[in-house]
Amino acid sequence: MINMKRRTFLKGSVAAGAVSVAVGAGLLTPRAVLAAWPSDAFKATSVDAALDALAGTHAMQASDKVQIDAPDLGENSAVVPVKVTSQLADIESISIIVDKNASPLTASFILGPGVQGFVNTRIKMGKTSNVIAVVKAGGKLYSAQKEVKITIGGCGG
Amino acid sequence: MSTIKIRAKAGDKVTKVSALIEHPMETGMRKNKKTGKKIPAHFIQEVVCELNGTVVLTALWGPAVSKRPFLQFKIEGAKKGDTIKLSWVDNKGEKDSAEAKIA
Repeated sequence: MINMKRRTFLKGSVAAGAVSVAVGAGLLTPRAVLAAWPSDAFKATSVDAALDALAGTHAMQASDKVQIDAPDLGENSAVVPVKVTSQLADIESISIIVDKNASPLTASFILGPGVQGFVNTRIKMGKTSNVIAVVKAGGKLYSAQKEVKITIGGCGG
Repeated sequence: MSTIKIRAKAGDKVTKVSALIEHPMETGMRKNKKTGKKIPAHFIQEVVCELNGTVVLTALWGPAVSKRPFLQFKIEGAKKGDTIKLSWVDNKGEKDSAEAKIA
């Protein structure tokens, strides 16, 4: 009996050793990283469903401590600059949502130690839509939004 | 050649980190005009930024982030000479990383 346990123990440690070697060699890294990507949230077709999948709730409150900076007119719908700034304390994440895109959730930034409430990026938009900045702070969602007009084939195109 | 360009500039209190990544960011909805076939989705899903080995920012991206993605953020408590590392992984499991010293 004692002997059998010893066998099991040895087998277990050999297997664990192999896994750590694989991780060390970088073989398992992509899968380990990808596991965190919230596929349901990015595939969701409505703002509420995307937020439910991402943050566990879609109850958000408009806040003047969240600012979104985007152009009134997106001259190139494939490259719309979006900047989000927030003065809220204890920010966990900043997400950018385009409500008329096929999949509204565009990007979500998880802020670590020392990072200020600020992100700046560029996004694609299918058509004229509200761009919503959702800041998660203290477990609650705060938002600000701005309409960006897209003129397909218009003067800007 | 790295797909990533990073620039980090230390200010009085805040360091501004800017990065540009060379990536097609295909949504999977676009069609090849000649063949009429859909171009398969190919986009970055996760970007991780580390300051001296500690993760400070994780960006989760969908296909609606622009081609040649741009990312900028601000961090407190970093100083000149510190190392900023950025790594990305896309939906095909391709990846890259690059490091820069804060200037």
